[in-house]
Amino acid sequence: MGQGLHTVIAVAVDTKVPQAAVASKAALAPSRKRTSSVLLKIIMAVTGITLILFLYLHMIGNLKIFFGAEAFDHYAHWLRSVATPLLPRTWFLWIQRGGLTVAVIAHIASAAILARRARAARPVKYVHRPKVQGSYAARTMRWGGVIVLLFVIFHVLDLTTGTLNPVGDKQHPYANVVADFALDRWYVTLFYTLAIVAVGFHLRHGIFSAARTLGQQTARGERIARASALVLSLVLVAGYLAVPLAVMTGLVD
Amino acid sequence: MDIQVRVWRQTDSADKGRMVTYDVKDISPDASFLEMLDVLNEKLILDGDDPVAFDHDCREGICGMCSMVIDGVAHGPERATTTCQLHMRHFADGDVIDVEPWRAAAFPVIKDLVVDRTAFDRIIQAGGYITAPTGAAPEAHSVPVPKKDADLAFEAATCIGCGACVAACPNGSAMLFTAAKVAHLGLVPQGQPERDTRVLDMLQAQDDAGFGGCTNAGECTTVCPKGIPLTLIGRLNADYRKALRNSNS
Repeated sequence: MGQGLHTVIAVAVDTKVPQAAVASKAALAPSRKRTSSVLLKIIMAVTGITLILFLYLHMIGNLKIFFGAEAFDHYAHWLRSVATPLLPRTWFLWIQRGGLTVAVIAHIASAAILARRARAARPVKYVHRPKVQGSYAARTMRWGGVIVLLFVIFHVLDLTTGTLNPVGDKQHPYANVVADFALDRWYVTLFYTLAIVAVGFHLRHGIFSAARTLGQQTARGERIARASALVLSLVLVAGYLAVPLAVMTGLVD
Repeated sequence: MDIQVRVWRQTDSADKGRMVTYDVKDISPDASFLEMLDVLNEKLILDGDDPVAFDHDCREGICGMCSMVIDGVAHGPERATTTCQLHMRHFADGDVIDVEPWRAAAFPVIKDLVVDRTAFDRIIQAGGYITAPTGAAPEAHSVPVPKKDADLAFEAATCIGCGACVAACPNGSAMLFTAAKVAHLGLVPQGQPERDTRVLDMLQAQDDAGFGGCTNAGECTTVCPKGIPLTLIGRLNADYRKALRNSNS
């Protein structure tokens, strides 16, 4: 033990200087202090968790479609009266939308800064580079995120504003959903499925990564974080895909 | 055994560089990868060519000097093994082996396979030390350390600072290195006085050196010749958050 402790301290003060370190690096090092990469990651973790909470609440709401048109439409209208009479009608909804927008922007802005740094950190690529060993989910975080963003924009135009919806009746969201996933609009269903699967992969790595960023540091905790990430992603994907599947199979019409 | 190596040749930092193919014949399967390059260099010198420059020192896997990406993997195909401890028996007769330097903006190529790793020294200088009275070594048992902490500190301290984590990271991040250094001092009582400033300063130095951020992909720990665990990055993150809180209060 005593020996070990000495070694720990000895290693600490022993800074290795590469023998051939001749090139002056001072000019290459950015003199500007960078925003801490861990701080950016913490912002991503916190906003990401906020968005996952929203996704789960949204999913539970979606599943009301299995209780029929009346129940689903009633739920949709209720969303406008949440927190009344404390707040005027629809205020809660707008506050929540504002919060989600801020979270999305902060998440994407941090990701963009980190992605740009990562690109700049390796200006010369490897000639021989086998497939990166990290999981598929980890490798597709950035482009997967872009797919999800594009989908969210489409989704708001489709089912919130009704602009791109064939029915677009704000009073009857049930009808809008059924019209959306009609068989002749297979491309909408395809895009929806692709986006949901992208969300699943994004969260599979994202939930684990958020836990790590917020300080998860034991082997047991890592197993729990990875397992939770997988289960939470699978439940979310299943919950969201149930709706178009039900419409297509005629279970919901 | 006879093999072919395709080696990155670059005369200096201004040169663009290119892969050059060499035949290496009659290599013993028991030769290390570096000894194979020594044989190649002897031949190049006899032919009047410029030998391949590469970093090496102890050839015992503990100095952290050897630094080459072999067939796209830092330190080659064997897990938890430095290039100097990698033997040619892990390759097959007739193989074509690609050898490249660490690739990172913060590790510019000096010549061929030699890169400048001063950026790591700057991270160490920023906080990889403790404040202690100099002089004779204190009695080892004067400061008790819980066994669990001592073991984890020692595991972190096995980092030899070779830079394979940076070479393998898809983001060119030095987070595993920084995390190991922050943990091995932060786990023992002697490292507590500077615990907060250490993590803040070393992280700032890693970010300012032009390394990327961590995405928890885990490439680093896979190639690490000392198997530094990825969980230490979680510890760094937790220490960072605590340090931020303390510095604001």
